[in-house]
Amino acid sequence: MHEFLTNFANLESLARIYPLLLQGLQVTVLLSLVTVPLAIALGLVVAILYSFHLRFLNPLLIVYVDVLRSFPVLVGLVLIFYGLPFVGINLAAFPAAVLAIALNNSGYYGEILRAGIETVPRGQREAARSTGLTAWQTAFSVVLPQAVHNVLAPLAGNTLELIKTTSIATAVALPELMRSARVAQESTYNPTPLTAAALIYFVLLWPLTRLVARLERKMVASH
Amino acid sequence: MRGFSETFFNPGVIARYLPALLSGFRVTLELAAAVVTLGILLGLALAVVRAFRVRVVNWVVVAFVDVFRTLPQLVVMVFAYFGLPYAGITISAFAAATLGLGLVLAAFAEEAFWAAITAIPRGQWEAARSTGLSFPQALGSVVMPQAIRIAIPLLTNRTIAITKGTALASVISVPEILDKAQSAMSLSANASPLVVGAGLYLAIFGPLVAFSRWLERRFGWIT
Repeated sequence: MHEFLTNFANLESLARIYPLLLQGLQVTVLLSLVTVPLAIALGLVVAILYSFHLRFLNPLLIVYVDVLRSFPVLVGLVLIFYGLPFVGINLAAFPAAVLAIALNNSGYYGEILRAGIETVPRGQREAARSTGLTAWQTAFSVVLPQAVHNVLAPLAGNTLELIKTTSIATAVALPELMRSARVAQESTYNPTPLTAAALIYFVLLWPLTRLVARLERKMVASH
Repeated sequence: MRGFSETFFNPGVIARYLPALLSGFRVTLELAAAVVTLGILLGLALAVVRAFRVRVVNWVVVAFVDVFRTLPQLVVMVFAYFGLPYAGITISAFAAATLGLGLVLAAFAEEAFWAAITAIPRGQWEAARSTGLSFPQALGSVVMPQAIRIAIPLLTNRTIAITKGTALASVISVPEILDKAQSAMSLSANASPLVVGAGLYLAIFGPLVAFSRWLERRFGWIT
């Protein structure tokens, strides 16, 4: 037991590497704060365009969403970070990660919001339009609020997944939490940084996990 | 334009590295199969155990689910691969990847199965018990068949999303598609292997995403 603790919860090692972990945490939080709104905005554009039911556009939107959803986000990141330089586009690790994760999740958010909009009865839209609201006003003030309410659980769930996904930026050497922990582990020959990073992720995200679980239970119960 | 196609669709490079990429394709399929098997079966087992409502056991199940829903897959994977050896447990990269993704999928699967079990009306339980079935019989022959049907559409998207995470295994050097594509890319100084790798992922997950869309239409679920 003692040996286990000196390995996995070594306070000396922790004292030495915690500044590194805090820096990593900062990058993870920043990456999430930039990417989540961007991905939601992109997904929203897809969903609203879809809701206009333009015959030539909707199949394209479905293809966009499904291609992004069938593509591992890490593959997208590697393509952007290591592939684009071949055509002279060099992105730093941070913007590359933002782009890859936001594009990937725009597919997920787009699909969730699209399905949410479909749950709003047609009459709502017709009633809104007949009071003189424009198509965009109808979308934003009448349809979207109800749509978001109906898909709150998957929206929150996807946001949790997105924040977890930021850990893939470690593959392009962005010093976020996961990467910092790996660097610390290799320099101290001790797994405590990994334990600490896991603990930080858990403390950071556990409230969101609970919230998602509660929303999901409500959704299942209402069916 | 010629430069573009030579960089991203170079026939010579593709021909040279196709065997390596196809071997990666096989490893990806094997890893995906291992992850889905471990994740779904463990999740189902945990939900069944939870249905017996033994308080201490339930705490353990809930703690397991919360931990593995909250931690990023990559963190679990890296911990299994780089952390466990310090405790004297050395596992292969393939096993670490299976464990990392499988445990996370198990947590989601448990939640879905459990939500489905609790969604079965009380009357079903009571009717089953009053015909003389024991509790395990009622659970196994009456409740679970219905619960599994409810859980499938809840689970498909999540299962696909987590299975796509097999690409993460490249971080711990499992020789799957992305790993092979990246080493081929650096050996050939050409992006074509990565494009082919991306195509292979689309070939695996595109049909699965289309299938999940069909399931959703059919069952009317938003997942």
